[in-house]
Amino acid sequence: MSEIILQAKNINKYFHDPVTVKVLNNITFSVNKGEFVSVTGKSGCGKSTLLYILSTMDTDYEGELLIDNEIMTHKKEKQLALVRNQKIGFVFQFHYLLNEFSVLRNVMLPGLKLNKFSEAEVEHRAMERLKMLGIQQLANKNANQISGGEKQRVAIARALINDPLIIMGDEPTGNLDKKNSETVFNIFRELATEFKQTLLIVTHDEGFAERTNRIIHMEDGNIVT
Amino acid sequence: MKYKLIFSIGKSLLLARWKQTLVAAVGVTFSITMFITLLSFMTGLNKLLDGLILNRTPHVRLYNDIKPSKDQPVNSAAAYKDYHNFISSIKSSSSRQEIYNSTTIIESLQRDERVVGIAPKIFAQVFFNAGTIDITGSVNGIDVEAESNFFHFNDYIIDGRGTDIKNVANSIVLGKGLATKLLANIDDVIQVATAKGEIFQLKVVGLYQSGISEYDKSVAFASITTAQKLLGKPASYITDIQIKITDLNQAPKVAKEYAGLYGCDAEDIQTANSQFETGSFIRTLISYAVGITLLIVAGFGIYNILNMMIYEKMDSIAILKATGFSGSDVKKIFMVIALTIGFFGGLAGLLFGFLLSSGIGRIPFNMTALPTVTTYPINYSLVYYSIGFSFSLITTYLAGYFPSRKASKIDPVIIIRGK
Repeated sequence: MSEIILQAKNINKYFHDPVTVKVLNNITFSVNKGEFVSVTGKSGCGKSTLLYILSTMDTDYEGELLIDNEIMTHKKEKQLALVRNQKIGFVFQFHYLLNEFSVLRNVMLPGLKLNKFSEAEVEHRAMERLKMLGIQQLANKNANQISGGEKQRVAIARALINDPLIIMGDEPTGNLDKKNSETVFNIFRELATEFKQTLLIVTHDEGFAERTNRIIHMEDGNIVT
Repeated sequence: MKYKLIFSIGKSLLLARWKQTLVAAVGVTFSITMFITLLSFMTGLNKLLDGLILNRTPHVRLYNDIKPSKDQPVNSAAAYKDYHNFISSIKSSSSRQEIYNSTTIIESLQRDERVVGIAPKIFAQVFFNAGTIDITGSVNGIDVEAESNFFHFNDYIIDGRGTDIKNVANSIVLGKGLATKLLANIDDVIQVATAKGEIFQLKVVGLYQSGISEYDKSVAFASITTAQKLLGKPASYITDIQIKITDLNQAPKVAKEYAGLYGCDAEDIQTANSQFETGSFIRTLISYAVGITLLIVAGFGIYNILNMMIYEKMDSIAILKATGFSGSDVKKIFMVIALTIGFFGGLAGLLFGFLLSSGIGRIPFNMTALPTVTTYPINYSLVYYSIGFSFSLITTYLAGYFPSRKASKIDPVIIIRGK
């Protein structure tokens, strides 16, 4: 029996503007340690909404969310920020690097925020992750000087900096061409197999989803499979 | 460590838009510069103008006024004690103008902690003889050292030496206008006739200019001994005791107390020169109002620039929040940005304010009223610098507070979804 990392219990979510619409209907599922899970479904089925709830950024929902066997529901904003910092790594569709900083600094920021290691150590760890993803030569470039595929890899390095329990991705390949998508997918698979990294990726790319260990398919706010 | 991180993020955001930052900082610098300059100059001028009168006016003056006696003899007569006595045609009594027991009063004043300095004075009406003309005027017998220390006597000497009235026997310092009338110069001997008709020869050792020309045309100063000689009075004869106290605002209270204690009249500076307080108060008020208005305008500038910056940095804020920065961290980052602008802008403002005011302080400015003043007066009081600096921090804090709060409340989900 493997360890449960993330657990959602009866999660309901409504959008109130302009009219109240139920977007998530009694979502209950869990993710075990080391699983590579993809969430698929048509546009508007609520998969991204679900991801934002699971990521603790969206707190306006009903039901219970447990990360690392700890209840997230009703926690304070500050505590949730700490949870995101420590336990969750994010990769978004759009790369969202801070353009004011170098690539290395971008990767380091969550590590510096966590304040578990000294600045020199955080820098060392950041370099390690950049090397692992084969982009160490970009370290000192400015975030707005690198290509889209490279940005996404930097974002993955950033997600990894604090050794998160789970990496969440919102269409991480959605904005990339075939070749770069492939690279990003290979990185995820490598993380899953070699480092036993738990991954939860929202995607509408069927080819991507098919190659993961587990597919959660959603339709109209319900989990179908 | 955590603050170091917040500072480093703030710094990067600031430097990424250094032109905007500079504009905001220049706004603060300009307003602080003007605030410092305006107040230094205004209060410098105020002090100078007030000093014209206030420096020469004692805070409390003890004297015997010419007035009718309060206790008329009929009131003390036992036979009429229970009656209400109507007395008509009372005249002022010819009682002496001398302050009784002046030596004892001075000794007891010297023991009073509230008293900074005491200067005795004798007032004598005289005629200055110039050929066939007699000019009415007065000779003030003064203790020249006390007078210089507490009432800036030496500042108004434009020629010769004021202290010589003490060192040279039978000497006198003449008002500038009076000297012109008498055609007298330093080292000349002039003739003075007292009210009783006695004639004295006095040597001119200095010229005095107060700036109030009517006064300068009729006044002269001599040592206390010389004045006593003129009046034919003994060494203890004194008509006025001028007192400088530690707290000017206490003067009316102290004056009242002394009047009762020493049995003489006491006049305080507020009663003697009530209009000056008001004038300088209003001038200072206006300077503060203008200075603070400038700062508030600069504050709005900072507010605008921070607001704009936050709109531009929505994505960055969202990503910071998604990767574990809390709302309060984001708020701190923007507060750091605002306060950095205030801090450096304010610091530069203090420097430029100092330079500008010292520049004004070098512009020649000649006032007949004050022979010792040759350039525009500037008050380099540290108080204005600290007020200016605190205000630059306070306004930038307030200007930064609302945009920062807005930034802290940005919902990352909306930004990330909305893209």
